[in-house]
Amino acid sequence: MNTSSSLDASPRDRVTGTQFTRGLGILVLAGMVLLIVLGLFVSPADVNQGESVRIMYAHVPGAWLAYLAFIVTAISSAAYLWNRTRSLTWDRIAGASAEVGVLFMGISLITGSLWGRITWGTYWTWDARLTTTAFLFVTYIGYLAVRGLGGTHQQRARRSAVLALLAVLEIPLVHFSVELWNTLHQEASVAGRGTDVEMDGLMLFTLFLGVVVFTLMYAWLVLHRQRSLALDDMLDDSGLDTALTARRAEAEGMSR
Amino acid sequence: MDNAGFIIASYIITFGAVGAYAIGVIRRSRKSSRDVPRDQRPWS
Amino acid sequence: MSNSPKGSLPKNSSIVISAARLIAAKDLRVELRSRVLLNQVLPFALIVMVMFAFALDSDAVLERVAPGLVWLATLFSVLVMVSRSFTVETADGALDQLRSAGVPATGIFIGKMLALMVQLMVLVALLVGAAVVLYRASFSWEGGVLLVTTAIAATCGLAAVGTLYGGLATGAKGRETLLPLLLLPVVAPVLIGATRATESAFGTNGIAISEGWPWLGLLAVFAVLFSVAGAVAFGPLLDD
Repeated sequence: MNTSSSLDASPRDRVTGTQFTRGLGILVLAGMVLLIVLGLFVSPADVNQGESVRIMYAHVPGAWLAYLAFIVTAISSAAYLWNRTRSLTWDRIAGASAEVGVLFMGISLITGSLWGRITWGTYWTWDARLTTTAFLFVTYIGYLAVRGLGGTHQQRARRSAVLALLAVLEIPLVHFSVELWNTLHQEASVAGRGTDVEMDGLMLFTLFLGVVVFTLMYAWLVLHRQRSLALDDMLDDSGLDTALTARRAEAEGMSR
Repeated sequence: MDNAGFIIASYIITFGAVGAYAIGVIRRSRKSSRDVPRDQRPWS
Repeated sequence: MSNSPKGSLPKNSSIVISAARLIAAKDLRVELRSRVLLNQVLPFALIVMVMFAFALDSDAVLERVAPGLVWLATLFSVLVMVSRSFTVETADGALDQLRSAGVPATGIFIGKMLALMVQLMVLVALLVGAAVVLYRASFSWEGGVLLVTTAIAATCGLAAVGTLYGGLATGAKGRETLLPLLLLPVVAPVLIGATRATESAFGTNGIAISEGWPWLGLLAVFAVLFSVAGAVAFGPLLDD
């Protein structure tokens, strides 16, 4: 690492990057290109779904990674709340992971909606999985809003940690209720899970590649965002220190 | 939009959103780090 | 701050129970004197019921969706009531004083939850009455029993979640506006379960009463889960 002036981050400086994330980033970019090439061009169309299956290579990994992200948020929240592992780093990981989770879930909802438009002619159906996904999305937007409420870092951490764990409790309940609700309407059979696809080798590989690429993307994003949050927190703290120092200097000046 | 349009839109939205977020994070950390001494960062 | 050791439940449970009883009584007494529920929330809920009629504009449709409308109006009112329940506390920093006096958070939670539940029962009773009058709903004796048990289970769940998230969303400015966003997704299971059970009770669409009881199970599970979760999580939430 170079030892240039510590206060000047020139545009070419690495701020939250390390050698590891540099390498990771290159992998991600390469993977993305490969995924796009395979997904959009090289892999074959599906027998039943036709070309629309191509959306699945972005939609499915996005959804899975969003769920993973929220699990990470829940685990990090628990880690923060447990006395023995209490550290604001867990809080920042939880926050970063939730942000990326919301991002991926939003993408997943949109791409899924577009896929539905092609396959079923509608942008939306009320089946259990889709509805629960929408609820999850809104719940984590609420979580991010709570994180932005202000107060000390510890207050933010504790509030959002409790919220994340409550979300883990609430999501299965919502899913279960909506599922029960749907069996009344039997819409499930009409909309079906049209993803019953007989995937040949290349299609499976592309899907697998999608999951890998999205996982790497997730890791890269969370690493950088978590460090970005750390910088924000340090900035807050140093701002506080500066204010305290100034206040003390004032007091001393007055007491002379 | 015909089917091809939807499919391409999906890919653009997906990677575009991810890219925009990534750029946003990097810019945000560049802004914050201007006032934080380099040696305080535990990861580098 | 409270000095009660965390593990010794039996010793402290009486403190929790008396705290709960005192706080529930206090909240209800505040309500009796200020009559906010009576003068503001109930009229609001009734207006909502009337507005539904304007929006939906068809007797047949109204009769069909009456159960859903009752519980929608209830949910909207919960937002107002929870907000009120905590404004009462933060107005003079009462909640902080309670905590620093060593009152166990669990007790505060249970107390506020019970008070909220009582008020909600009154609200639901009124709204069912409004549905009978405005939307031509009706129910038999058995339907009535189903209605009462549904109301108990649903209001218990709503009161638990409301108190819990209300504690989170109270205090500093900018927080209260978060309450609807946080609360409504969580109470979706209550809306689904209570509406379906009420449908059976009203006999809407020829649905038999027997089909309503399973939904009660869902409501009961929700109520228990969030009562426990609330009792546990309220302390950390308040310890700001």
